[in-house]
Amino acid sequence: MTNLPPDIWQPVWLTIELAAITTVILLIVGTPIAWWLARSKVWWKEGVAAVVALPLVLPPTVLGFYLLVLMGPDGPGGALASLWGGRTLAFTFGGLVFGSVIYSMPFVVQPIRNAFDAIGDRPLEVAATLRASPLKAFWTVAVPLARPGFLAGAVLGFAHTVGEFGIVLMIGGNIPGSTKVLSVAIYDYVETSQWREANILAGGMAAFAFVVILTMMMLEKRTARIRG
Amino acid sequence: MKTIVTLRLALFGAAFAAGLASTPAFADSAKVAVAANFTEPVKEIAAAFKAKTGHELVLSFGASGQFYTQITQDAPFEVFLSADSARPKKLADEGFGVKDTVFTYAVGKLVLWSKSPGVVKGEETLKQATIAKVSICNPTAAPYGAAAVETMQALKLYDELKPKLVEGANITQAYQFVQTGNAEIGFVALSQVINDKDGSRWMVPQNLYKPITQDAVLLKKGENSAAAKAFLDFLKGPESRAIIEKFGYEVTTPKAS
Repeated sequence: MTNLPPDIWQPVWLTIELAAITTVILLIVGTPIAWWLARSKVWWKEGVAAVVALPLVLPPTVLGFYLLVLMGPDGPGGALASLWGGRTLAFTFGGLVFGSVIYSMPFVVQPIRNAFDAIGDRPLEVAATLRASPLKAFWTVAVPLARPGFLAGAVLGFAHTVGEFGIVLMIGGNIPGSTKVLSVAIYDYVETSQWREANILAGGMAAFAFVVILTMMMLEKRTARIRG
Repeated sequence: MKTIVTLRLALFGAAFAAGLASTPAFADSAKVAVAANFTEPVKEIAAAFKAKTGHELVLSFGASGQFYTQITQDAPFEVFLSADSARPKKLADEGFGVKDTVFTYAVGKLVLWSKSPGVVKGEETLKQATIAKVSICNPTAAPYGAAAVETMQALKLYDELKPKLVEGANITQAYQFVQTGNAEIGFVALSQVINDKDGSRWMVPQNLYKPITQDAVLLKKGENSAAAKAFLDFLKGPESRAIIEKFGYEVTTPKAS
């Protein structure tokens, strides 16, 4: 491994950090959304579900464009940034986290919602007859039963944040150590004909994606066995 | 879970099919890879070229470095309008371009630009503490980015400004960062802002950076294309040169190098 640029691993750590933070936020924010989507009876809930699922279909450039405008000094992001003296949320690690949370949301919410859906009313009704409060029933009945959904959501959310490219390219500004993530680093290496560096990072990404898909398949098999 | 995977596979399949279907079938058309800074002028030149010859140009825009890589990987471009002189020469030397077809079609000019009036007054603007972000384009892949870095180095401001720099993948993105207000100022091509009346700008003096000579080259894939060759001739002609100058480039006497 001679002649490698000394900073080649920096995007890797930055990406892992970004994906980990995004996943944790999504588990916290996504769980109540998934719960509400699974349990609520209001007629407009599928509308909300569709909004959450939008990033599945929208090109990252669409999200990137709106984020660039929203985060700028004339948008709400600029107002937010002015709280700590900034002008814009673009070009910051926080901005990337915000963009990633929106982008990866369906990949976390969907599996958790499906898992909640699969539980059905019965176990919760039983818990209620045993005088469990709704909150207690949620923590002691629903969450353990939905564990495979949480696992799948966390793995997918993490993986998709790692693989995200279009949004970070559009709002990131390619700043080493702050917004230059793995996918952008690969793009840069390819653009400047540094094949070896591109190969190392891209090969690692491919291996990582393989492991993720394998894990997902094994998780699904296990879930199927549990449900019988 | 399964639905997501299936959905994504279906989308991928659809995208792939769309890609296959969009292969153009015009006989007298040429595929031209154009450095992003030359987007506006080349559109006008293409229209004039079509009016005169009937040949259609299929234009792709991007960073010169990106195009260079794509061309060495068998991209179907027939003509390359680069933002520098090194890459066309390299392509000709390496056999991807046709020898003796390289010529300078424009000399680019760098400006420091803000979308607001009164912000950019001169080089002293770069020293202002109120400026949080300065956008440039990738200096290793795009000559305007390299010229911006040279300028800051010549002014002995580079180390000081480095933490403020944000990099676009190409000059269009560097411009976009300023246009959306995410960066207060940025180094862009004069051609991008020549018609901008509301903003403020500083023409970077030519002695602060190496001239951005933008060279064109006929690629191997266009060697037998009448449209591609006619376009390069047209690009050297007076009609094109008038358009190029109108967009804020200098034009040199065309010569094969």
